[in-house]
Amino acid sequence: MEKLFTKTESLYDLPTHYCPGCGHGIAHRLIAEVVDELGIREKTIGIAPVGCAVVAYDYWNFDCSEAAHGRALAVATGIKRVRPHNIVFTYQGDGDLAAIGTNETIHAANRGENLSVVFINNAVYGMTGGQMAPTTLLGQKTSTSIEGRKKEKHGFPLKISEMLALLPGVCYIERVSFHTPAEVLKAKRAIKLAFENQINNLGFSLVEILSPCPTYWGLNPKEALDWTRDIMQKEFPLGRIK
Amino acid sequence: MAKITINPERCKGCLLCVSFCPKGLIKKSEKLNKKGLNFAEFVLNGECAGCLQCAIICPDCCIEVHK
Repeated sequence: MEKLFTKTESLYDLPTHYCPGCGHGIAHRLIAEVVDELGIREKTIGIAPVGCAVVAYDYWNFDCSEAAHGRALAVATGIKRVRPHNIVFTYQGDGDLAAIGTNETIHAANRGENLSVVFINNAVYGMTGGQMAPTTLLGQKTSTSIEGRKKEKHGFPLKISEMLALLPGVCYIERVSFHTPAEVLKAKRAIKLAFENQINNLGFSLVEILSPCPTYWGLNPKEALDWTRDIMQKEFPLGRIK
Repeated sequence: MAKITINPERCKGCLLCVSFCPKGLIKKSEKLNKKGLNFAEFVLNGECAGCLQCAIICPDCCIEVHK
């Protein structure tokens, strides 16, 4: 029988440690598929974040490095400058890229570093127990905002993709979601474009993915996908930002 | 006719494939895997079109599609 769909070579045949219905598994697979489709497995270097995806390097069959919390883009800058012929990407969550690593993110983008960034926005800190993140929506209940996020006390959700789009060094930013299989394919096209931009030396590319976190949203996996479509996309609209 | 195989030990029972199969050919199993989870199961007598929606949405890459 002809195989229509199977695991790609850049993804190890291992069970992941993620919760059922977590978006990280889909994102890992899409990156692996893009790397294999572009034929760059031997020269790709991924930078894993701190957060739920801290052991992402266990699942990818290409070279990876770990970075201190939030410093993935600083490490990626160093690797890309020393090894400019390698394809370097970072994989970061919202706590990593938009909270502790905001400084590194903004300056790497402002320098126009020729890097690709996959930004997983799930509106909570997943690894540490579902605390409020900068991207948590107004009114959203988390373990540190038990009555919901209030703008007077906690400020507004941080739209880091829109902020980075203002910088001249940035060449491509798109926000995508996983709420249907068709949207997953759109997310894959966006990740592929971010990698192609790096291959063509066009500068800094970022793909923000609205990813479900069923465990800390208190929803089942299908409801979590619907929540990204119905609630999260009002605050974080999909589409190409730059 | 296409056919899918689901790895029962890899499946975490999120059942997103069940929600997105346009023909309703995947169901929650009555049996448990080694992790103690009700995994997703392919209904063998169905007419699978090989649309890949289940495999594309599966977060754990445990679905293979053959034709």
